[in-house]
Parts: sequence; structure tokens; C-alpha cells
Amino acid sequence: MIVLICGFFIGAAVSLQVGTIFVIFGAEGMLGAANGKALSRELSPLITGFLLAGRAGAAITAEIASMKVNEQIDAMEAMAVDPIDYLVVPRLIAGVVMLPMLVGIFNLVGQIASVIVGVMIFDIDQGAFFQKMTTIVTPEDIWSGLQKAVIFGGIISLFSCKFGLEASGGAKGVGVATTTSVVTILLILLFVDFGITYIQIAL
Amino acid sequence: MIRFENVVKQFGTNRVLDGLDLEIPEGKITVIIGKSGEGKSVTIKHIMGLLTPTSGRVFVDDRDLSTFSFEQLMDLRRSIGMLFQHAALFDSLSVFENVAFPLKERRSMKESDIKKRVFEVLDQIGLPDIADKFPGELSTGEKKRVGLARALSPNPRIIMYDEPTTGMDPLVSEMIDNLIVDVGRWNPELTSIVISHDLKAALETAENVVMLYKGKVQLAGAPDKFRKVDDPIIRQFFAGKVEGPMEFM
Ligand SMILES: Nc1ncnc2c1ncn2[C@@H]1O[C@H](COP(=O)(O)OP(=O)(O)O)[C@@H](O)[C@H]1O
Ligand SMILES: [Mg+2]
Repeated sequence: MIVLICGFFIGAAVSLQVGTIFVIFGAEGMLGAANGKALSRELSPLITGFLLAGRAGAAITAEIASMKVNEQIDAMEAMAVDPIDYLVVPRLIAGVVMLPMLVGIFNLVGQIASVIVGVMIFDIDQGAFFQKMTTIVTPEDIWSGLQKAVIFGGIISLFSCKFGLEASGGAKGVGVATTTSVVTILLILLFVDFGITYIQIAL
Repeated sequence: MIRFENVVKQFGTNRVLDGLDLEIPEGKITVIIGKSGEGKSVTIKHIMGLLTPTSGRVFVDDRDLSTFSFEQLMDLRRSIGMLFQHAALFDSLSVFENVAFPLKERRSMKESDIKKRVFEVLDQIGLPDIADKFPGELSTGEKKRVGLARALSPNPRIIMYDEPTTGMDPLVSEMIDNLIVDVGRWNPELTSIVISHDLKAALETAENVVMLYKGKVQLAGAPDKFRKVDDPIIRQFFAGKVEGPMEFM
């Protein structure tokens, strides 16, 4: 739900910004294409990643940290069950699968917002809008965003679990672990995003 | 039999076990006592290989744990049940799923056999009707008992209790102490290890008592030995007094 709302308003805002600049050059027909590229390559994976880190990631850290400080992780190991297999692996898989799906939704909604802004505010002809958009936004753009999403999803799950498993010191420790985890993951995502973009463009 | 041979365990500069020599006999209830922070939990975590000695060796059935392969260690853990201080039930699982957890994760047991076994142990601990509840809905005493059921469900050879009565009201404490004795009676081959800092209660339940002090065994033996001994440190612990020769950290 939050992904829908975010996708819509960020798509709309980007389209508005880009649209007002493009009007100067009389290139407002390119609006959909520009929005599509910006969203699918960059904004969509990053913002969706942030959302996932803030919600699901924080929840994972809090849950695992509270298991850790209540000796539930010890109990699991004492019963010869590996917490990595039992807790981390399923969350890693979920993260790697979920984030690309959310990014897909974000792209779609953001693009719908762009159509609405383009047609209603900048009076662009619908046919021209779609024609430009489909020729300029390539499957590669979408694909490069989804690659990021897979990697971000993995990072979010792994680090959320890691901070949870390393928590210590009662209920306070759970809070500390959760905050540290979210902040650290956001920074890692920014770094890694830049790194991947650099590599993708260099190739 | 479980045996510690000159075990040293150090965390950074904090030497918790300092050349511990210890024997825990089979089929009996051994109570390990010592004041808080003395290394009691650290000691029993060595028995399951959750911690490894800095130096020295730990034997279970005359086999040195440091020579165990990963699979052997997992097998050993499967044969040990442990009741944690705060029960450590999995909050997201129901009582039934908690008690079934070691059975499901361990071996290929049939669903119907698992069910049978779970209700059998829930019955034994005197809580046959709470299988569908969640840990959050249970009282502290009930949680402890479910934790005990989870430890017992796979029929362990060794059961360990980490401070089973600490922080419990006197009635619940007594009920749990009685359960520990009962569990030992149901299965005479079961080796029970109870951690406690209450010497008086320990002497009631124990067949064998070990007192840890400064990373070593201060005294070990039958409860009577503790009642008679002159050792000022043990007398002080008995009386529960701060004044005396015992050093506090
Ligand atoms: N995993 C660990 N890492 C570092 N120090 C530990 C660890 N586990 C226990 N300790 C330290 O070992 C000492 C003994 O702890 P413990 O065995 O829990 O005491 P108790 O006798 O109350 O059960 C304490 O000082 C504790 O801080
Ligand atoms: Mg302890």
C-alpha cells in the first residue's frame, strides 16, 4: 500500500519537475520517457528499498533481536536447529523475491502518475506520450532496476537478521539493534546503489 | 557421565572458569550452585558445545567434545534437553508447536506420533488443555512448564535447568522443584543438572551438589556433606550473608 502511494506521488512529482523544464525546450512530449528512465533505473529500486528497510527490515531486526535477548536463539541452537537455516535463509529468499516485485509495482504506478500529469497538466497527446515512452525506455532500463532490487532485497534481509542476531542487553538492546540496523542499511543501500549504477553504466 | 578436566574459559580478560574439574554422575539430580555471575550458565553451555573451553577438556560419556564432528555435536545436542531461565519459548509459535519443535526439526517422525507425544508430555507437566495458546497468554509458571515439556518431548538422556525457580513466587518454585524430582523419577536413567543460587532449596532436590566459587569447585558431594561442612565460604553462602570471607565482584 505504502509502495502504491509513494510510487504514485513520486512519479507525479518527478513528472511535474521534468515537465516544467522540458516545456522550456518544447520537449514536453519526452516527459513520460524521462520519468520512466529515472524511476525504473534509480528512484524506484532505491525508494522501495528504503521503504522495505524501514518497515520489513526493522520488523525483522526487532523480531530476531527479541528472540536473541530472550535466549530463544540459544534454545534453538540447543535443539540442534541452525538459526541461520531456520530464520535467515527464508527471510533472505523473501527479500530477494519481494523487492523486485515491489519495484515492478512502483514503476507501474509511477508511470501511471506520469501519464496523468503529462496529459492533464502539460496537455501532451496520449499517443505521442506512449510512443516516446516505449521507444526510449528500454527493457534494459527496467532490468537494471530489477537487478538492483534483487541485490538490495538481499542486503536488507541479511543485515536485518545480522543486527538482530547480534543484539544484547534486554529490551533496550532490541531498540538499539533496530535503529542501528535501519540506519546502517540505508547507508549501505546508498553506497551500493552508486556502485551498481557506476558498473551498469560502465558496461 | 559428564566430566570437566581443568577447564579454563576466558572472555577477553574475564576469566570465568579457572581450571574447573567437575564430575556429574549419570541418572542423578546434580545441583550446581554459586552466586550470580559465577559462571554456572557458562559451565552448562560447555556441555552442549554452545561454548568451547579456552583450555582444558569436557567429556560426555568419556568422549572428548573437542574431537566431535559437527554431526556428532548435533546428535549430542539432540540428546540433551534444556529449560532456559525464562523458558525461551518461541513467541510466534503456539504451545503445541513449541513442544513439537524439537520433534519436527530433528527426525522423520510421523505427524500423528508427534501429536501423541506432545499431548503426552503436556499431560505429564499438568497442562493438558493449553496446546492452542500462545506463550504471551501464559503465566510465568505455565511458561516454565511448557519449556520443560519442550525439553522433555524428544526423550533426552540429559536435562539441564538454568535457574528454574529464580524470580518465581514460592508456590510456583515449589511446584517446579517437585516437577524436577518427578521428571527424574519417571526416567531413572535421566541425568538432571539444575543450576541454582539457592543452597537450601538445592539441598532438598539434589542427590549431588556442586558449589562453584572463583571459577573452581569449592565443594562437591551429597547434600549431607554440605550441611555438615565447616568451610566458612559455604557457611556464609548457606546463611545468605554479605559479611564473611566470600569475595564479591
Ligand atoms: N558469551 C559471553 N561473552 C562474554 N562474557 C560472557 C558470556 N557469557 C557469560 N559471560 C560472562 O561470564 C560470567 C559468568 O556468567 P554466567 O555463567 O551467566 O553467570 P551465572 O553463574 O550467573 O549463570 C559473567 O561475568 C558474564 O558476563
Ligand atoms: Mg546464569
